Amino acid sequence: MLRYMLKRLMSLVLSLAVASVVIFAVIEVAPGDPASFMLGVNAQPDTLAALRAELGLDTSKAQRYVNWIGGMLRGDFGTSYTYRTPVSQMIADRLWVSLPLALYALILSTLIAFPAGIYAAARRGKPGDLAVMGATQLGIAVPNFWFAMMLVLIFAINLRWFNAGGFAGWEDGFGPGLKSLTLPAIALALPQAAILARVMRSSLLDILGEDFMRTARAKGLNPRQALWRHGVRNALIPVLTIIGLQFSFLLAGSIIIEQVFYLPGLGRLVFQAISARDLIVVESVVMLLVFAVITVNFLVDLAYAAVDPRLRGRT
Amino acid sequence: MSLLLIENLSVVIHDQPILDHVDLSIAPGQIVAVTGESGSGKSMTALAAMQLLPNGAVCQGSIQLDGQEMLDQSEAELCALRGASVGMVFQEPMTALNPVRTIGDQVMETILIHKAMSPAQARSRAQEVLSRVGLPSDRFPMSRYPHELSGGQRQRVVIAMAIALRPRLLIADEPTTALDVTTQAQILRLLRDLVTEYGMGLLMITHDLAVVGEMADDIVVMRKGKVVESGKTQHLLRHMRHPYTRMLFEASGHQVALPEPPPPQALLEVKNVVREYTLPRKRLFDPPGRHRAVDDVTFTLSRGERLGLVGESGCGKSTLTRAILGLENIQGGQISLGGQSVFAVKKTNMAVRRKMQVVFQDPFGSFNPRHRVARLITEPFHLLEVPPAGSEKQDRIAEMLTAVGLSPDDANKYIHEFSGGQRQRIAIARALIIKPELILFDEAVSALDVSVRAQILDLLADLCAAYGLTYLFISHDLSVVRTITDRVMVMKAGRIVEQGETERVFSDPQHPYTRDLIAAAPRLPAMDVSASVASPLLES
Repeated sequence: MLRYMLKRLMSLVLSLAVASVVIFAVIEVAPGDPASFMLGVNAQPDTLAALRAELGLDTSKAQRYVNWIGGMLRGDFGTSYTYRTPVSQMIADRLWVSLPLALYALILSTLIAFPAGIYAAARRGKPGDLAVMGATQLGIAVPNFWFAMMLVLIFAINLRWFNAGGFAGWEDGFGPGLKSLTLPAIALALPQAAILARVMRSSLLDILGEDFMRTARAKGLNPRQALWRHGVRNALIPVLTIIGLQFSFLLAGSIIIEQVFYLPGLGRLVFQAISARDLIVVESVVMLLVFAVITVNFLVDLAYAAVDPRLRGRT
Repeated sequence: MSLLLIENLSVVIHDQPILDHVDLSIAPGQIVAVTGESGSGKSMTALAAMQLLPNGAVCQGSIQLDGQEMLDQSEAELCALRGASVGMVFQEPMTALNPVRTIGDQVMETILIHKAMSPAQARSRAQEVLSRVGLPSDRFPMSRYPHELSGGQRQRVVIAMAIALRPRLLIADEPTTALDVTTQAQILRLLRDLVTEYGMGLLMITHDLAVVGEMADDIVVMRKGKVVESGKTQHLLRHMRHPYTRMLFEASGHQVALPEPPPPQALLEVKNVVREYTLPRKRLFDPPGRHRAVDDVTFTLSRGERLGLVGESGCGKSTLTRAILGLENIQGGQISLGGQSVFAVKKTNMAVRRKMQVVFQDPFGSFNPRHRVARLITEPFHLLEVPPAGSEKQDRIAEMLTAVGLSPDDANKYIHEFSGGQRQRIAIARALIIKPELILFDEAVSALDVSVRAQILDLLADLCAAYGLTYLFISHDLSVVRTITDRVMVMKAGRIVEQGETERVFSDPQHPYTRDLIAAAPRLPAMDVSASVASPLLES
């Protein structure tokens, strides 16, 4: 088990290293001068020169890479060109919105998907199954921003239970912050839950056909007991894979939802930085997202091993 | 009184008749074997007795366990019976256990689900049954997971689960079919001992008549959902009233007459071949371990000779086969066919490769279901520099299909339209179509029913006479190898431990391992040949 973890950890570090080189190369080394790209075609020569000096474009590429990585390791992500504030501060602020939102949505999606998927699998072909499958079809087909607008319409405008947008912050405690994230989290969770429920159902159906499920029945377990004691845990592997992918998506891919609810999240930060051609911010946020994705994959790998003993001895 | 009494049992699944008025009874301490070919309904009979039939099954008639009518029980009552009064052992030990739970846990579950004991008592009972089936906890801790055990050991765990509550009736569905002969002998002995020890009734489902003859007190022969004959083993074997029974027994021991092989002239030469695998390191900086799957193997196969290769699973038979086909790199030694090496510097030598073909075990998995037979059997043509085309190609297809006993019209059909035996004929046609110098049969008849197997063996003998085949016949089934080969090699742990003329090796084995193998293989009971009428193969 320890060897498995070490091996996974090594691959995590390696992936990060490779990813950082790729990101750096794409943004800094790609043809064209980052400074002139950031300032546009009509830039004044002296502004351009000043930016070039600020970006350190006069030093070698290798030197710039080392500076960039070194700075990030120290928590110094550089200074945003457009906002003139430290990028680390900007990212930290946004992360306090995006990370809780992603986790919140993921928890909701899992809470909806697991029971729905298991329920449908246990009643394969019966009305309950068909109803769940129909609902998930709808969940996948309808875009999340439409859910978002419907939620605002019903719960914010008509019922006035929630605010239609904005983020209350965590300063006043857990409650208000969580409340302002609830509608966005639901909007994000519904399509994800639909996918996850389908994966759970089909994975569980595969398991229900396995020989050991019949063995369980021959021991005297009723179908329900067999499903819970022998089915669910075996069905988790593909489900964990999807959960990992979904978390990565939720962290960065919620731009539209952030836009609808006017949340200061990472997605909007990237979007604004790209529009403003603020490469320093883009570079740092992308690296951070890569870090998050790779870390999540590492955690998923650990979860695999926790679920399936056959993977523990493997390298 | 009967422990299990099945009377007039008919089962219909989605309007499809599965069982038709089946009668069967088992007394305590008695072993009853239900036998028959695939589709005869023998497994369904076992599942019906457990009331674990597939969804949509409707039972009529009566199944009485200890005088209690199973068909009248509610699902909850049945759950209380299953595992406690009736235990069941399945065919596939590799998949019959939950891979993510420990063996101790799974054995204890049988006890705990019936609330028969406290968890502590259940634990010690689980320990006790596991050591009874040959898995003492000092060597096989209950914290082991199924994947850490061999097939035979897993089957012992399944048996332990089934007998944990000392059921009065044990149902075993092909319990040894997936196991090696020596393991099979051990498991059969264990089952027999348990029956005497606990006074259980044992309902054993098996297609293997040799196993039936050795184990059963009573035999029930089934065909297409009906019982065609049943009775005391000794009596039934002596009298065999139904032609189907007789056909089954004759097909099981089917002998073929191979034409005399031509004088020896080396075709395939395998010299000191070594195939090694690197094992994962035990510790981070240890040198990686090595596993020799094929260890210094040397033999020669002459033109026109039929050579057998026997050994238990994991002995390296298949690895050697793949190496001969050039599908597997070797770390030492040389393989050459007709003087030319199979490997041409790191790659397979195509000039040699087109002289060899292979027939695999699984008649269902070894064809692309989306291609028509004509395309399937002409696949080896891509090995040729100038593949036949046009009418020449059509003629070859027609010739081959006729040679294997099919019709040229079958060329336009898809593979799902054929039975297992017919598919294996198509596989043979595919191997023959480029007139290879050597054919490898890798367990080519192991998945077939006895009657079909007998027909395929006859076909091979005919093809030997017509085309002068040279082949390497790999099988774990000693009786088949005995009749279909001139010479045989016995492989153990990557090494050839004995080789020689087939009859000589079987009648006078020299190596202790060969002797063990032959002793472990169950033997068909001798039949009263005089009573035989005409060839029952023809009758059916």
